[in-house]
Amino acid sequence: MGIRERLSGNEAIAYAMKQINPDVMGAFPITPSTEIPQYFSTYVDNGEVDTEFIAVESEHSAMSTCIGAEAAGVRAISATSSCGLCYMTEMLYVAASDRLPITLAVSLRALSGPININNDHSDAMAEKDAGWIMLFAETNQEAYDNYLQAMRIGEAVSLPTMVCQDGFITSHAIENIELVETETVKKFVGEYKPEHGLLHPDERMAVGAYATPVYYMECKRQQSQAMIDALDVIKKVGAEFGEVTGRTYGLIEKYKMDDAELAIVMIAGSSAGTAKEAINRLREQGKKVGLVKIRAYRPFPGKEIGEALKNVKAVAVMDKSDSFNAHCGPVFADVTSSLYQQRILDPIAISVIYGLGGRDVRVESIEHVFAELEKIAATGDPGETYRYLDVRE
Amino acid sequence: MKDLVEIRWHGRGGQGAKTASLLLADAVFNTGKFVQAFPEYGPERMGAPITAYDRIGSERSTVHSNIYEPDFVAVVDPSLLEAVDCTAGLKEEGAIVINSPKDPEELRPLLKGYKGRVYTIDADKISKEELGKVFPNTPMLGAIVHVTKVIDEDDFIKDMQGSFAHKFASKPQVIEGNMKALKRSMEEVRG
Repeated sequence: MGIRERLSGNEAIAYAMKQINPDVMGAFPITPSTEIPQYFSTYVDNGEVDTEFIAVESEHSAMSTCIGAEAAGVRAISATSSCGLCYMTEMLYVAASDRLPITLAVSLRALSGPININNDHSDAMAEKDAGWIMLFAETNQEAYDNYLQAMRIGEAVSLPTMVCQDGFITSHAIENIELVETETVKKFVGEYKPEHGLLHPDERMAVGAYATPVYYMECKRQQSQAMIDALDVIKKVGAEFGEVTGRTYGLIEKYKMDDAELAIVMIAGSSAGTAKEAINRLREQGKKVGLVKIRAYRPFPGKEIGEALKNVKAVAVMDKSDSFNAHCGPVFADVTSSLYQQRILDPIAISVIYGLGGRDVRVESIEHVFAELEKIAATGDPGETYRYLDVRE
Repeated sequence: MKDLVEIRWHGRGGQGAKTASLLLADAVFNTGKFVQAFPEYGPERMGAPITAYDRIGSERSTVHSNIYEPDFVAVVDPSLLEAVDCTAGLKEEGAIVINSPKDPEELRPLLKGYKGRVYTIDADKISKEELGKVFPNTPMLGAIVHVTKVIDEDDFIKDMQGSFAHKFASKPQVIEGNMKALKRSMEEVRG
């Protein structure tokens, strides 16, 4: 049975870490890191976990620490946000290509400039091609649940996993949460017994070796296959988690999509919940509107999204970051290319950039997007396909 | 959601408005409800206006925006009445609770035509007398519980006793003062 609690998103992640009791945490302990290492270090200090907490001088070193530990054959974790994640970039690529299933909690925040500490998805989107599995959460509950599933997923395909939630909006907000009993968590997550590891006594191996043009591309092809394989693993682990907790997870969540003619697609974040409330209100007015919420952004569930959108008339793909490409946001690019690839060409799609730098996203903001989609569906004219929501022009 | 109650707190950095919003959420959570408690984050500094929020209901609210049409507003620092639009969107059938030694009607002219209920509580005085320092958030919390009725007052007192015992485990001498401040504020709120 679950444990009824009320925790912030950061507290929930730290609690999941405590329940799992990983071997090593490498973390840069001050801002722009999250509160997560702070909470977790208390557990270390109190002896509630036996994790080796390695406080380093930068996020680059935090990720390097995780790489070293995970290559040795143990579970390694870290947490960060914003420019801290960017500062890890070089090592994020190393972690993924060395096939080390590190788990990184990210409280998503804007990047400078102008200097801003609030939520958007610019930090995560800057790392979307680093080769990490990326799970996103609408609530503190989903952040916690995703964290409990992350190691099972990453370790099954030998890829690192980012567990992302909206900075401040969920990371610092206190909300109800149902925790899983520690014994059940330990059983679900299981022991980590990697096939290879630098500390295996009978195995000689190298990590981070040089690959000449004769080998490099084969390594990349295998890395690519691991990400493809992760699609099924995420679904399998999400279903198994549902059997244990009653909360089942897939690659995407469809909200009132069965008969929807107008749809919003967005990455799972706090605004997905706000969108659900907008959809409830519009449904009361008889409008056929729905939401496709992307839980797993890497690997990208193009097939599931295509299936969900094939009958809609108009869709707004909403991005909490901009690609500054004079064209569209990053999620829009992924969604529309997968629609094209599946020859799903009927929905008219617009790219909507929203919520940058903590710009509050209201129920009315989402209702406005649906009102625009209604006009587009009625006229067949998308108008401007690259838009900013709730912005002063 | 029918029984959703939304509360907005206006305070200044360092006064504990955020803490008050969290303590309220804690107490209400313990009665079995769903809560959200969150401050508006920015470059916080002592004395700057800050806003914090509570959403309380019998179901989980999925909305994650700030609160624009609160049922209740708590103003921890009365100087904010002139600096911030504290009654913006405040429902007429709701109420505003202001930390002030003045009568509610004396403050009404500052409330930009707000027609709903106005309450005052001299939270500075109560905290000075009971805690020896100006910590207006504890008496404000008592006053807001009295006015909003989001939790039964006796249940609230019992819950806070436990929560202060936990929070002030290392300095138990302040527990009694905090409890007195809470109880007095419930009785002394005017409006």
